[in-house]
Amino acid sequence: MSDPSRVPVAELIGVTREYRMGQNLVRALDEFSFTFGRGEYWAVMGSSGSGKSTLLNVLGCIDRPTSGDYKVDGISTARLGDDELSEVRSRKLGFVFQSYNLIPQLNVLENIMVPLFYQDEPPADGEERARKLAERVGLAKRLDHKPTELSGGQQQRVAIARALVNQPALILADEATGNLDSATALEILALFDELHAEGRTIVLVTHEPDVGERAQHVLRLKDGRIESVKRGQNSAAGAQA
Amino acid sequence: MKHGTLARTVKLGISSLLLHKLRSLLTTLGVLFGTSSVIAMLAIGEGASEEAQEQIRQLGSRNVILRSIKPREDFATGGGQSVRVLSYGLTEEDLARIEETFPGVARVVPVREIYEEVRFSDRMLNPRVMATLPVYRDVTGRVVAEGRFITDQDEYGVANVCVLSYEAARYLFPVTSPIGEEIKIGADYYTVVGTTLDRVRQQSDLAAAGKSSAEVFIPLETGRKWYGNMQVKLRAGSREMEEVELHEIVVEVEDPANVELVANACREMLKRNHKQSDYEIVVPLELLMRAEETKRIFNIVLGSIASISLLVGGIGIMNVMLATVTERTREIGIRRALGAKRRHIVSQFLVECVVLSVGGGLLGVVLGLATPLVVEHYAEMRTIITPTAPILAFLISSGVGVLFGIYPAWRAATMDPVEALRHE
Repeated sequence: MSDPSRVPVAELIGVTREYRMGQNLVRALDEFSFTFGRGEYWAVMGSSGSGKSTLLNVLGCIDRPTSGDYKVDGISTARLGDDELSEVRSRKLGFVFQSYNLIPQLNVLENIMVPLFYQDEPPADGEERARKLAERVGLAKRLDHKPTELSGGQQQRVAIARALVNQPALILADEATGNLDSATALEILALFDELHAEGRTIVLVTHEPDVGERAQHVLRLKDGRIESVKRGQNSAAGAQA
Repeated sequence: MKHGTLARTVKLGISSLLLHKLRSLLTTLGVLFGTSSVIAMLAIGEGASEEAQEQIRQLGSRNVILRSIKPREDFATGGGQSVRVLSYGLTEEDLARIEETFPGVARVVPVREIYEEVRFSDRMLNPRVMATLPVYRDVTGRVVAEGRFITDQDEYGVANVCVLSYEAARYLFPVTSPIGEEIKIGADYYTVVGTTLDRVRQQSDLAAAGKSSAEVFIPLETGRKWYGNMQVKLRAGSREMEEVELHEIVVEVEDPANVELVANACREMLKRNHKQSDYEIVVPLELLMRAEETKRIFNIVLGSIASISLLVGGIGIMNVMLATVTERTREIGIRRALGAKRRHIVSQFLVECVVLSVGGGLLGVVLGLATPLVVEHYAEMRTIITPTAPILAFLISSGVGVLFGIYPAWRAATMDPVEALRHE
């Protein structure tokens, strides 16, 4: 953990997240501290209710810790307002959801560009970037298709391109292969491997052991705490070298 | 860049609305009909009031008009063969009193009506035949179309000449010019020396036919000479003898501010000298003021109806937008997760409301401008579209959209992104 060569991208410091469920106070994350380093590919696993979804929401800046601090790419989020937090999301984070979550009335190109649209100062080359990414995920010929005209695998590719368009510090994937058949799931996972090889930081939440095993490192949660950390070899560092 | 953002937001709003074409159309209808009815009603109201005011103005706003009216026949026994003589109305004495004693009066014009048919070859007409002075034209503001009006020479010479109103001339002489022709009034021949413009025609060509009656003017002295005070009035099934000295006295007041004073003086004078109420006093200025008051009330009522209909339209938009926001909860969650700030969500939904209401408003303006044309064509009513009406209606309808869009948009923006993403 105290590897000096690791550059922290997402740093959780004593994060606690409590929910009120009727009469009960549920602690989804309990004094949780962990650091995700640059270029690492993590699978977060655990049974349902272990807190992995809450962890992902906190990492994605769509949920706030009840106490503790979360730093993304060096920015402390504890004191940020709603607008600033939104700006962090649009600049630093890329989301890939289980159910793709593309916007139905937009075509492929527009969907990929959505995160840029919400940046305070959108890049001038946004459309060019989106085209390149569409090409990269193999959808260059379907730029003007609507999501409903695409297969599940294609939709997830669009979602991945969308997650990359803002050149995020951290890519978050929530059961990204959960809705896909196994062949397509493998294609998507191969895409994640490629991204990892390029040196991108990925945190993938999953409950499927096969998927978890493909990741570089595995973090297991239980009752809002770390159950185990399994580190693999540092293939990203190798790829960067 | 700001401009590009707005354009994209509008484009996005339109494409979202197009996903539910029927719903968007139905929502728009509320604003559409609200806007168009405001414009159409204002135009019709304005036209009607303008027409009323025009008719009153033609009577002359400086004039006080005294008219003889037949007193009520309380003892109508229907005496079969017996011929009753009904004696009533304004007298030469009344005329003299007004001329000689009333201050502030510029001109006084007496009118006698002749109950006779007018004929030219095989065409017959029952117009209002009026024996009057040359100044009648001036005092009542009639305009000569062809030839001339009655002159003082006609008056002194007791000439058998007449002037036809447009309506009378058109009926008796459908194709040729009536000037110089001889027409028959009762048993005597008269030379047509001029025609006057139709009263409504002076203003516009609109619906001239129904509005003005046919009139024939002859010199007062000629009327006095050939037709006595005693005249036979033919009615369905019976003959009636009437004795009326003067049918109408038009009093022109020097200063418009004194019209009411003179009217009151006339009222007093007539009350003292007439045993029965066989006269009426018409004060166009009073009518005009009353018409203006009526118009004001009409506008208030109209304004209330209009605001209610636009309110209903606005509530319709709000209702649909609230449903839309709920339906698109997930989309809101996605956008928030991808970095949308609250104001982005607010503007997205507000833009949709504005597109709906501005679209409805624009269509409403088109429909509202078209409706008066249809009404004018088929109902032969006069309509006037004041330039402020469509602009005002459009601005209000757009404002309604913004106003009623704020709450749904705010609801969308303040959703918890995590909850929104979980929404099915």
